[in-house]
Amino acid sequence: MSKPKGWKDLPEGGLIKEAGNAEEYNTGAWRSCSPIWIQANCIQCMFCWVFCPDAAITVDENGERGDFDYLHCKGCGICALECPSKVKSIVMMSEAEGAKPDALEKAKAKAVKMAGEKKAVKA
Amino acid sequence: MKKVAMTGNVAVANAMRQINPDVCAAYPITPSTEIMQQFSTFVANGQVDTELVTVESEHSAMSACIGAAAAGGRVMNATSANGLALMWEMLYIAAGNRLPIVLSCVNRALSAPINIHCDHSDSMGARDSGWVQIYAENAQEAYDNTIQAVRIGEHPDIHLPVMSCMDGFIISHSIENLDLLDDQQVRDFVGPYNGTAYPLLDVANPVTYGALHLQDYYIESRRQLHEAHKRAKNVVIEVGREYGKLSGRSYGLFETYKMDDAEIGLIALNSAAGTAKVVVDEFRAKGIKAGLLKPRLFRPFPYLEIADALKGLKALCVLDRADSFGAAGGPLFIEVRSALYDLQKRPVTINKIFGLGGRDLGLDDLRKVFEELTTIVDKGPKSLYEYITVRE
Repeated sequence: MSKPKGWKDLPEGGLIKEAGNAEEYNTGAWRSCSPIWIQANCIQCMFCWVFCPDAAITVDENGERGDFDYLHCKGCGICALECPSKVKSIVMMSEAEGAKPDALEKAKAKAVKMAGEKKAVKA
Repeated sequence: MKKVAMTGNVAVANAMRQINPDVCAAYPITPSTEIMQQFSTFVANGQVDTELVTVESEHSAMSACIGAAAAGGRVMNATSANGLALMWEMLYIAAGNRLPIVLSCVNRALSAPINIHCDHSDSMGARDSGWVQIYAENAQEAYDNTIQAVRIGEHPDIHLPVMSCMDGFIISHSIENLDLLDDQQVRDFVGPYNGTAYPLLDVANPVTYGALHLQDYYIESRRQLHEAHKRAKNVVIEVGREYGKLSGRSYGLFETYKMDDAEIGLIALNSAAGTAKVVVDEFRAKGIKAGLLKPRLFRPFPYLEIADALKGLKALCVLDRADSFGAAGGPLFIEVRSALYDLQKRPVTINKIFGLGGRDLGLDDLRKVFEELTTIVDKGPKSLYEYITVRE
């Protein structure tokens, strides 16, 4: 983020003169829990994309979801809740846990537990 | 220019007709009712192009004004007392969004007890909202101020909403002789609307009004508003001078009456100043050097200029037609006394709160005040502030 402007440089009356500038705002900084995406389990049902109240699920040119946009994900957990329970390709972890190198492994283990089917996790 | 006989309300409605604003919101309340009643006739007769929005409350009236001003329209409105109180939340939003709405405030007492007559508790309560406030002694000044308010608020240096005040009933309902400018003169004076560079209806350049400012930006936005008020004083002087060239009636920050060599003085807003002038003349006839200062601009308060104008006085009484309950005097007194603090030699200063709820202020009441002022120079005041025109 650029340096915040002083009062002399701000638009009059707190006006926002640039349309669509929410993209520049790192609302991901508000997050206390992170969703972890387990690609191997994902069936591309796009429920997460539909239910995400922001636009934190990235989608490629083929219409398939990729990893989270962590600059805008506020960690609400709706995607993890809506992810079909037989599949469970999204699990929530605390920020501290999510930042660790073994976060993906832990997420997979958690997903297995939640899905109740060990075979769901292939890799 | 033509000489007419009109009430203060009809004079203001005629100023609005000549200004021909884009949008007015109407939810009339006594004693300002006649402004919108008269103006709605102008709308119905096709004498103006204004979109008159009839709303369901004053809160909605000011909200409609804010939306219309943000859209890029020249917007006017009128209210009094509890109507202004109901607008409160939106007054701050109009100022914070820097929308140059012009509101005629016909001063009336706030409830309770319920009362429809004049005092300044309504506009004084709104003094910290960020609006420019201008006060008028009579219908002529109310008419002149309404026209100037448009230019003041829309001035590119400030972009602020302006409240133009006059005394309810005393001025709003009394018929007075006054001069109206020609319609074309007024239209030329106010010119095309230029109150915002970023109207919402400019769809090619979309903007956001009223976005959230938290700990990161709110204080910068308010600091900007503070700065606009600092600049407003010069705008008021500039517009008042230009209006003087057009009408022959020049306006400044305040009016002084026989103050040049005055030793005792009064300060009074609005119609009470007219009464005070009569008593000043009486005391001058007796050889007592009495004078009057009538503030015109109350927000921003021109404290340096007012202190300078008062520095020759030995004793001063500030008349307040509103109380600031629990404070060290009425709202005008607090401002004036603070302004005097930096003078090397200050006049002995007292405060009288008078005329609440429309109680008459008679010549005798002010004679007593002047007599008290002649005694307190040596003996000091017997009380800092007290009510007059009240039964004990």
